[in-house]
Amino acid sequence: MIHVRNATKSYDGDLVVDDVTLSLKRSGVTSIIGPNGAGKSTLLSMIARLINMDGGEITIDGLNIATTDGLELAKRLAVLRQDNHITARLTVRDLVAFGRYPHSKGRPNENDLEHVNRALAYLGLTDLSGRFLDQLSGGQRQRAFVAMTLCQDTDYMMFDEPLNNLDIHHAVSMMKLFRQAARDFGKTVVVVIHDINFASCYSDHIIAMKDGKVAEQGSPDQIIDASILSDIYNTPFQVQNINGQMIATYYGA
Amino acid sequence: MSLKKIYVIACLAGVVLAVTSLFVGVADISLIDFFDGTVSQTDWLVLQTSRIPRTLALVFAGTSMAVAGAIMQMLARNKFVEPATTGTVEAAALGMLVVLLFAPDLPVVGKMLVAGAFALAGTGLFLWLLTKIPLRSVVIVPLIGMMLGGVISSFAAFIAYRFDMMQAMNVWTSGDFSTVLRGRYEVLWLAFALAIIAYRGADKLTMAGLGQEFSVSLGLDYRKVMTFGLVIISLVTASVVVSAGMIPFVGLIVPNLVSIAFGDNLKKTLPWIALFGAAIVLICDIVGRLIIAPFEVPVGAVLGVIGSFFFLYLVLGRNAYAR
Repeated sequence: MIHVRNATKSYDGDLVVDDVTLSLKRSGVTSIIGPNGAGKSTLLSMIARLINMDGGEITIDGLNIATTDGLELAKRLAVLRQDNHITARLTVRDLVAFGRYPHSKGRPNENDLEHVNRALAYLGLTDLSGRFLDQLSGGQRQRAFVAMTLCQDTDYMMFDEPLNNLDIHHAVSMMKLFRQAARDFGKTVVVVIHDINFASCYSDHIIAMKDGKVAEQGSPDQIIDASILSDIYNTPFQVQNINGQMIATYYGA
Repeated sequence: MSLKKIYVIACLAGVVLAVTSLFVGVADISLIDFFDGTVSQTDWLVLQTSRIPRTLALVFAGTSMAVAGAIMQMLARNKFVEPATTGTVEAAALGMLVVLLFAPDLPVVGKMLVAGAFALAGTGLFLWLLTKIPLRSVVIVPLIGMMLGGVISSFAAFIAYRFDMMQAMNVWTSGDFSTVLRGRYEVLWLAFALAIIAYRGADKLTMAGLGQEFSVSLGLDYRKVMTFGLVIISLVTASVVVSAGMIPFVGLIVPNLVSIAFGDNLKKTLPWIALFGAAIVLICDIVGRLIIAPFEVPVGAVLGVIGSFFFLYLVLGRNAYAR
């Protein structure tokens, strides 16, 4: 369980995350949706201890992230931010292998190698594993970063806009991968995501944020609702049930 | 052929270079004399007090400066930096000046440590500046470093001018191994040891090079690793400045060449960087000794010429890899 209590963050007097309290259950895919500037990424980064809170407390399986040893947390929670720019020329395999560091401490054993190979295979990168990152397309690089995060093999995995740069085929397989990780291996996956329909089709739980607060949260059936979404995004929404999937449209035409 | 075998062969080539370096110079010592046992007493003396120390100094300085450059590039996340373009060298020279003014009798290791502390402060100031200045281009980073170095060295020049020590300043900032004798280069053993210590932390330094967010996610103590890297860079630079004087561009050329060939995973590349660093300094020193024999061109000048062209190539070249 992840507990967030009264988390607050402001930049230059602007309250970006405003006294958020929420709990994330073990296992399942949770999507965080909301308009730009709602505080989604900031909240995710605070849970992943990438940025400090101005106030509040976050615990992961009872461990306070502010006081727990970094390596200990790295075995429980992995995070991938968006817009990752790496200047170092690493091969895909080297990058993914660094995901094992919290476990291997630089001395990888057979088990670690197996994890690396499996992560490469999951993301369809086996043939590209010897390439340098700067020789990859944006989508391939994004998959390499996700493979590295998977390789860390933590109970909690957080992704900020993981579908960035991905084409439709890879976006769908990425979401399937997250759902599979949650169902088959009991992982807890938290994604900040812009595509509401991906959130609708693949989440077990949706958190909708607006103006730094959690506006609504619940199952996709509860949140993917025309009036709730219209309210959150200030845009008229229509929601249709297509073969059991709740699909939102908002194109206004 | 496996990469390991190639490395062993490359190391043997390095040994050949080092032996060549032993037998280049004004006093004519022949390698053949060693095989037929007709080495004279004077030849032995020249070898022991001058040639061997010089060759060792070249190897140690080249190795450790190349390694320091590679670490600097990792930590600053920029391909264009090395201790000579980050204010590190100038700060170390300022430190030396301060030692000579206030504690001239300090043993050479003490002097090196003071210079190292100054170098650390200078490099820290550089990295702090990088966080304060919006970076629109990767080339801005070394420019900031060179400006910072310019400010520090003009401050040092002012003091040196007042106390009539301009010449000493010149010795520290331009590498010259012609004055290396037994008893006057030993601090470079320390630089070499630091390069080996850096290798033990290679994985962590590479991860720090991925940036703070990846480091934190992987459970790495980012600040600790940054400090570790900066201390290595500063002490290596200080050792070289104190003993033979700054050798420029080794830390820039070598890591970039190795990066183009083998990438940037320091665990794999540091041995190559170390070897190439030693080789390039040995070659440039031999060239400097031969070009206007019996006089010498300091190795720093030879490297300066080669290094400037390489730097231009990196900045202007079509290789998009450094961006």
